[in-house]
Order: sequence, then structure tokens, then C-alpha cells
Amino acid sequence: MTLRDLLTPRPEGLYCPAGDFHIDPVRPVARALITHAHSDHARPGHAAVLATRETLDMMAIRLGDDFAASRQPIALGETLDLGGARVRFHPAGHVLGSAQIAVEAGGRRAVVSGDYKRTPDPTCAPFEPVACDLFVTEATFGLPVFRHPDPADETRKLLASLAQFPDRAHLVGVYALGKAQRLIRLLRDAGHDAPIHVHGALRRLCDYYASRGIDLGEIADATAADRGGVGGAVVLAPPSAFGDVWIRRFADPLVGFASGWMQIRARARQHGAELPLVLSDHCDWDGLTATLTELSPAETWVTHGREEALVRWCALNGLAARPLHLVGYEDEAED
Amino acid sequence: MRRFAALLERLAFTPARNGKLRLLADYLRDTPDPDRGWALAALTGGLDVASVKPALLRDVTTARVDAELFALSHDFVGDLAETIALIWPTRGSADAPRLATVVDTLHAASRREAPQVVERLLDRLDPPARFALLKLVTGGLRVGVSARLAKQALADLGGRDVADIEEVWHGLAPPYAALFAWLTAAGPRPAPASDAPFRPVMLSHPLGAEDLARLDPADFAAEWKWDGIRVQAAAGNGRRRLYSRTGDDITAAFPDLVEALAFDGAIDGELLVRAGHGGVASFSDLQQRLNRKSVTPAQMRRFPAFLRAYDLLALDGRDLRPLPFTERRAALEALAPGLDPARIDLSPLLPFATRDDLARLRDTPPEPVIEGLMLKRRDSPYLAGRPKGPWWKWKRDPRLVDAVLMYAQRGHGKRSGFYSDFTFGVWAADDTLVPVGKAYFGFTDAELAEIDRWVRHNTTDRFGPVRAVRADPDHGLVFEVAFEGLARSTRHRSGLAMRFPRISRLRRDKPPREADRIETLEAMLPPGTED
Repeated sequence: MTLRDLLTPRPEGLYCPAGDFHIDPVRPVARALITHAHSDHARPGHAAVLATRETLDMMAIRLGDDFAASRQPIALGETLDLGGARVRFHPAGHVLGSAQIAVEAGGRRAVVSGDYKRTPDPTCAPFEPVACDLFVTEATFGLPVFRHPDPADETRKLLASLAQFPDRAHLVGVYALGKAQRLIRLLRDAGHDAPIHVHGALRRLCDYYASRGIDLGEIADATAADRGGVGGAVVLAPPSAFGDVWIRRFADPLVGFASGWMQIRARARQHGAELPLVLSDHCDWDGLTATLTELSPAETWVTHGREEALVRWCALNGLAARPLHLVGYEDEAED
Repeated sequence: MRRFAALLERLAFTPARNGKLRLLADYLRDTPDPDRGWALAALTGGLDVASVKPALLRDVTTARVDAELFALSHDFVGDLAETIALIWPTRGSADAPRLATVVDTLHAASRREAPQVVERLLDRLDPPARFALLKLVTGGLRVGVSARLAKQALADLGGRDVADIEEVWHGLAPPYAALFAWLTAAGPRPAPASDAPFRPVMLSHPLGAEDLARLDPADFAAEWKWDGIRVQAAAGNGRRRLYSRTGDDITAAFPDLVEALAFDGAIDGELLVRAGHGGVASFSDLQQRLNRKSVTPAQMRRFPAFLRAYDLLALDGRDLRPLPFTERRAALEALAPGLDPARIDLSPLLPFATRDDLARLRDTPPEPVIEGLMLKRRDSPYLAGRPKGPWWKWKRDPRLVDAVLMYAQRGHGKRSGFYSDFTFGVWAADDTLVPVGKAYFGFTDAELAEIDRWVRHNTTDRFGPVRAVRADPDHGLVFEVAFEGLARSTRHRSGLAMRFPRISRLRRDKPPREADRIETLEAMLPPGTED
């Protein structure tokens, strides 16, 4: 069996003929295996969905309880036979419940990483390297200029600014699923125990993380905060809220963003960030290249992101790789 | 170097002046000598290190990084120094050098050695510090900090008035240990430069209608308010210097004028350029001489600088500042005939008796480079800063045009959530709108809310924090824009640049097709710049 027979790129997404399923399809399909609950990977309208319990729960929170006709949870490390294929979910270290999906058929194994990172993250299980013939990697930050700094240093930057500007609410734009909760946890680990205010769009996901045993400390609703009332509190919101009249409830806010894109000054400026925090849930360049070196798969497929640079690196390092050019994934996602 | 790099990053992203002041004052307080002094020098343009050409930096980088990966990265990032800082293959070392060590290393390097020295430093620094280093050696930190702002931060740090800092500034040299000792109460006040020192200048308040009504014409002298650059010419002990009004030494850019400072003392006046006909050239001609470290003979011939004297602050070792204006003026008039009249002349006192006389003078100035009147109390001493009462400026009414809103950008801080920075245009020959300026004040809070609402309902495109809005002949928002003057500019598509533009009125009544055309603006250009 060739690797192309094991996994086939189709307009809907990656398809496994032996098991008759798609992984993270961008259009409705009969059976979808979902790596994680971010909206570009987890879409509504599939007949059957297989994913980790956390991913299923958060899809229901974000998409509504009727996001799929039927759903089946699978635990990390659990093996399941689907038609002629054997699948197994392994932690990806991206967000709570995120998984890489290993697919075996005809004696070959492919691993679809979904989104992943190698930096330790207190809100999810760490990435597990899985030996494979074919590795499908993301390349969101696939350029050698992306070298994410220590998250603890970025957290200290936020706290230092709070100390310097104690009267200004520190509004940080974050991805609602994952980044928000990780930043809260990082702040707690850095000793910040004041209430953290969140935009309504983040509330249910924060509550869900807490229900899964991730202690986020005291979370308050930013909705209830009146003009000037929160003073120098940390307020987390989806970046779209900053263009909205929502932000006017704060008297003199200091606007930050927590995202891997903040590494690039022009990007930070475009977002109007006064306090750019480089905090990413994806691999940086060193993480991507270290993973490919470690796994040394017979073949690597590179998808969503800066595919060209990573394929070039593979060529320089004697690894077979090609860009996948899948459409529908948010190369410019808020992370 | 880490702290300095962190400071630069925060400054670059902090738009508000008060925010920048806080960041600077905190850094200068918490950072030890001599690092803070070198940082201050770097921010105020007083740090002189061997420069390295960008092409050389690119070469040392591609010797270490695959050229294709470098090119892809540079394409994505845009800025060369930033690309190198991020892509440099080392992670930085635990014993990264401090700023003072970096500066010493750069000072010790010859021009030829500089690229290798920079390369070795890059190996030891982390990415933000590498970026700071690369900006230092390629010239230009560009973090929006003027020397004036840095001096204000020093004043805040030491609980002093900024005039106190300006007064001692020219006796000091980097890394400014004596200055910091004084500001932190650990040492005496440093002595100002002993020859040709700067004396903090006296500034005026705008004259309001009520102020005018209360003013007794008999108490005041009147002069033209010349549209140049306020300067102070100081000479003594064989030194001759020209200072900006904030105490920056701009001597090197004006050798033609400095040569004529044949006196011992300090003259307060306006820096202007002589026009061909012997009158005063426009501000845009003066701009050809500004913001230069040096000047060519051709520039000096084409744009000869001269000083129009307002006041005399010191003469032959005597401080005249405590004397009343009339006595200082008499001393100035006695000094002037001995000086080269092509380079230094007197700003004439204007005869008047009544407020109506003043109003007439203001409305009919004899030259276009006059921007209004200055009124000075005859009995007032020369006081540093901006005391209210002794000096008034009464500017001519601003120029007005009706322009159409084209783009709106979101504000920061207290204006978060409002589209508050407006780019507006006028009609060009082909009946399209061409942007002519940008303004972010002049309107009330209620008007801001109204404009913001209009922007949100009429958005046609978005670019990050900027929205393009509908601007058709029959649908759009017209502003009456007030501004002080107009100059040719290659930096704007319209070829024009406005000075001090602000929104003076919302013209809800006016359809965009009736807004002004570019010809109207071109007709407002000062003589000699119409093309």
C-alpha cells in the first residue's frame, strides 16, 4: 500500500479509503475524525464524529448540541478498528483534548498531527512523538524567524505592565479556546491571584476547563465591569471585541494580544497592540524541525502555513517532504 | 541589554506620551549606571558608534543561514534588522553583555572591524537585544521618543522642572553619571556648560477673546509672530552655538548663521531663510535646512539662514533675564548695529494704540510667513517655561477647506473602541478623491461618537484597525478642516502636506461633490512653491 492509498487529499480534507473516514474535513462528510475543537478543524454538519471527549464537549459548547448526527468519544491512547484501518489518538499538546490521529492499514502508519506544540502547557497533555511512515505536519509558524520565547517571560511582561500602569485595565486579545485558559493558568503560576475578567465569549469554555480539573482561580465577567470599575485588572477577550463598542466600557484600556503572530512587529502594529505577547499554541520553527528530526518519517506532508520554507528545510536535511495545499484551514488564525 | 531592548519594544508600541514618559522614567530610575546613561544617549541621538551597512549584515547572516530560507523570512517580516534578529541561529547566552559593555565594544571597534564585532555580539544576545543592537549600528531606533520627551522623563524622575534639565544638559556627556546622581539626590547639580550655555526659553499662551478684552494695550509691546523655528543663539569664550527651543544643539547644521554670532551673550529669536527678493522665504524652504546633521555649500547658498532677533538674555557676562522687556529690548537694539545685518536683524516692534489696531495688524500682515502677532508685557522679566499673562500669541485665523472622509482608524487608550483618526481627501482633476491629510482632534466627544457611528455604518473595506468608508459624490461625510499652512511634499500622493490639520466642523449639510478640489489647495501654497 502506498502512503497515498493510506491517506488521500480530497477537497473535503484528508481521506482514509481503508477506514472510509475523513480527518478534520472542511465540508460535511459521513464520518469525521476530529483532532481538536478549533473552528477550522471542527466544523458542524458531519453525520458521525469521532473525537476525544473534551473535543466533543467543546464542539457542543461552540456549535450547539446538534453539531453532528452521532458522536463517539475516544480516549487518548485508545485503539479502534474502523473498516480496514486501525486508528489511535495521541496527545498533541495544542489545547485541551487535542490529539494527533494515527492511522494504520496495510502495514503502514500515518500520523496526522492536527495542530501541535512542544512547549509545556499546564492546560493539556504534552505532545507524544509517534513513530510513523507518513507524518502530516502543520506549518503555521513554519519560518525560521518564529522562535517563541519562554511563556513565563511573556507572562511576566504582562504583570510588569500591570505594575507600571495600575490604573489601566489590561485587555488581552486571545483565542477563546486554549489561549485564554493557558494565559490564565500562566498568570496563576506566576503568582497573580486577583480575579481575571473574561468577555462573555470566553466564559463557558473557561468554566469547561475548570470542570476538567484545570484550576483557573477566580474568573469574573467583564460584562459586569463598569467604566473604570475594574481598574488595573486583566481582561481577556476575543480580538474582535476590540473593534466593537464593547471596549468602551473601559476608561483607558491598555490593549495587548497573546499570539504567535506578535513576534512580527508589523503584525503587532496591524492589530493595534500596545502590549504584544508572543504566546503560541503551535510549534515554532525549532519545534517543527526538532519533531521532524526526531520522527524522521519516510515522508512528510506539510499543510496550512508556510509550507514552502519547511519543505525547503526538509530538502536541506535529507527528508522527503511535499506541501499538501489543503484549503480551508486558517493559516492566519488568531493564534 | 535585555532591559534596554524591552524598553525599546514597549516604547515602540506605546502611542501615548504619558505612557512613554512612565516607561522612560521607570527605566531610568531602576537601571544602574552606566547602562541608563548610554540608553539615554541612544534615545536622544547622543550615541555615536561605528555604523554597519545593511548589506554587510545580510552577508554575515546568509553565511550562517540558508539563503532561500532567509529570503522567504525577509519577505514575510519586511524589516531587515528584525529578520536578522529573529533568524540568527543562536539562542543567546546566559552571560549576555549589558548595554554598557555593548557600547564599549562598539566604541573600541574600527569601521573595518565593526561587522565582525557585531557578529560576535549577535551570538551572545537574545532576539530582542539583537534587534536593539542592529538598530543601534544601522542608525535609527525609531521608537517615537524625542530628546524633549527624554528630558521630561528625567525631570519626572528627579521631581524637577524640565527647564532645569535643559539648563544643565549642555555641560553633560554620556553616560551622564553626574546628571543621574543629581536627580537621585546623590550628588550636586551639575554645572551648565561654561561657554555659550543654553538658557531655558520663555513661551506664550494663545490669546482668547476674554484675554483680549482684559488686556490694556498700554502695558504691551507687539511684534510679528514669524513662521520659522524658535532658536537661541549663544556665544562666549570663543564658542558659538545655536540651540532649538528645547535646548538641542543644532549648531552643525547652520554654519552660515553661526559664523555671524559675533557677541558674548544669548539672543532669543526666530530662525528663518532669506528669500531671493530679500524678504523671508516660506516655511517649506526653511524645512530644507532642518533635521540635518550637516549642510552643503549649495544648500546654504540656496536657502541662506538668518536670525530675526526677539530678545537678549545675556550680554558680556551679565544675565539680563530679570530685567523688564523694555530694558532687554533696548540692550538688543544697542547690540544689533554691530552685527551682520544679512544674518541677524531685529524683529520690529509694531506701533499701535488700541485693540482694534492690533486686530487690523493681525488680519493684514505684510508677508505670508507671518502667522500672527506676539504681545509682550513691557514690565515682564524673561521667565523660563510658559507663564500665563506676560506673553500672548494671537495667531491669524487658520486656513479652511472642505474635505471628504476616506479612511478612519481606531484610537488607543481613552479612545479605544472609537474610530478617531481620520484621513480625508479632496477632488482631483480626474474626479477621484486624493488624500490630503490626517486629523485626530478638533471635534467634541459627542461629534466623535457621531462620526464613529457613521464610519461603522458606511464601511466599504477593512485593513486591520483601519476602515475605508463610502466617499461618493452623493454619499459621504464632509469635514471642514482647519490648518496652519500648506507645503509641497513628496511623501503624500497629493503632493501636499498640511501643517497642524484638525477637524473644525462637521459639514452634515454638504454633499461630498461640493467639497473642495485640489486646485483650491494648490492656490493656497505660499509664493514660489506653486510648481
